[in-house]
Amino acid sequence: MSVHVPDDLRYTHDHEWAKPEGGKVRIGITAFAVEQLGDITLVELPKVGTKVEAGKTFGTVESVKTLSDLFAPVAGTIVEVNEALSSNPELVNEGAYDKGWMVIIEPSDPKSVESLMDPAAYRKHLEAEAH
Amino acid sequence: MIPCSRAGNSERALADITSAPLRKTSLYENHVKLGARMVPFTGFSMPVQYSGVTEEHKAVRTACGLFDVSHMGELEMRGVYAGQVVNYLVTNDIGKLEDGHAIYTCCCNPEGTILDDLIVYRATKDRYMIVCNASNHDKIAAVFAAAAKEHCEFVDRTDETALIALQGPNAMRVLDKAGDVRHVLALPAFGFADARILNVDVTIARTGYTGEDGVEIFCPWDDAPRVWEGLMQLGQEHGIKPCGLAARDTLRLECKMALYGNDIDETTNPLEAGLAWTVKFDKGDFVGREVLMNVKEHGVRRKLVGFEMTGRGIARHGYPIKSAKGEVIGAVTSGSPSPTLGKNIGLGYVPVGNDAIGTPILVDCRGKDVEAVIVKTPFYKRAK
Repeated sequence: MSVHVPDDLRYTHDHEWAKPEGGKVRIGITAFAVEQLGDITLVELPKVGTKVEAGKTFGTVESVKTLSDLFAPVAGTIVEVNEALSSNPELVNEGAYDKGWMVIIEPSDPKSVESLMDPAAYRKHLEAEAH
Repeated sequence: MIPCSRAGNSERALADITSAPLRKTSLYENHVKLGARMVPFTGFSMPVQYSGVTEEHKAVRTACGLFDVSHMGELEMRGVYAGQVVNYLVTNDIGKLEDGHAIYTCCCNPEGTILDDLIVYRATKDRYMIVCNASNHDKIAAVFAAAAKEHCEFVDRTDETALIALQGPNAMRVLDKAGDVRHVLALPAFGFADARILNVDVTIARTGYTGEDGVEIFCPWDDAPRVWEGLMQLGQEHGIKPCGLAARDTLRLECKMALYGNDIDETTNPLEAGLAWTVKFDKGDFVGREVLMNVKEHGVRRKLVGFEMTGRGIARHGYPIKSAKGEVIGAVTSGSPSPTLGKNIGLGYVPVGNDAIGTPILVDCRGKDVEAVIVKTPFYKRAK
């Protein structure tokens, strides 16, 4: 199995990606997560201004068959939410790394994103999960 | 009908010794080749989806789909008294079945709750085949074996029998190309017959779990790949897609077909589950009759109803159902997005009095009350 793992992102063990963008961090779920979930039918996201804690759930993604929690990769404040997902959750299936992004967090510690896995480490994590 | 005298599947014995490894159907390699995501299901590694549940679901509603359901149990009861024994174990009246006809029924315990839901096939007056849920195989095999004792012969054909479901509006067109099946095409719903397709001797039943026209094909365990590959190939021009357990579940839910372990189990009786039509009190005594008669006389306390989410949320098995005032009145037994309707639908038990169509309810989706309304079922019915 080989799924797309872009080189310019950071990753979590829960199959989320984080992309540093000028002091803020854009968050989404990886192609692997999308493949596992199947057809995504509902995305629940917090409101702008919500404070999130690293490792704590901040939303849910539901597919036809399952429900998964979203865990904040870093602590901070939600500054933007992908509103398009509320009426078009299938955007996540269409583009896990672009139009399917979930939220943008303003991290309380700008360096926190660096503690996440790099692409090589995430690829290893995927290999380990496959066995 | 089902070919006899074949060595048992050795994997079964192995699994019994080690009690750990998942069993594989004879189509395992086919599934992997087709890119299926395999999941453990009642002791088997089964395909949950191939291309995607929505796409597979729609293929069955508009073209056709192929399912591996070889994990299901096949039991045979034979002998002069076989019919009487089976009729005593089930709630529907198999005494009225003709040769080559099958019937859907519940099998209850003496408390009148459901041990399993089955299809009973009458091959001849002395020979019946019972198809049970994989999850209940051991339990049901034990019940039938015990009842057979001294009265008739019980044979468990699960390990030697593969089962492939070909379902959808194009199903019969695909089957027609697989061999001389004119007699199968002429069968009514729940009729079945022996046939030879793709050089394999099979038994074909006009049954299914999708709400569409189609067949279920019983074949010898090791011949299943030949049947599967042949049908996949012949079905190409008819839009055939391999379909997994996920699509099987959404298809049956739209038709309000009960799923054992979700909507019915040993805590529910057929009358409250909307399966009163499978209980024939006038056929003579049967297991559970006394209790069920009592329930019928006093009326059921709750009913399995269908609902549609009007708020934003997907109901899942186990979520509490609340009255519009917010008091817990029942629980969701099945819930999912409906690919055909484009709505989120579900089933659940509510008290009689709260079960009228149009009644607003709330579904507690992990702490959030989401509005829903009780609707008429089935959610989907195919145009005849």
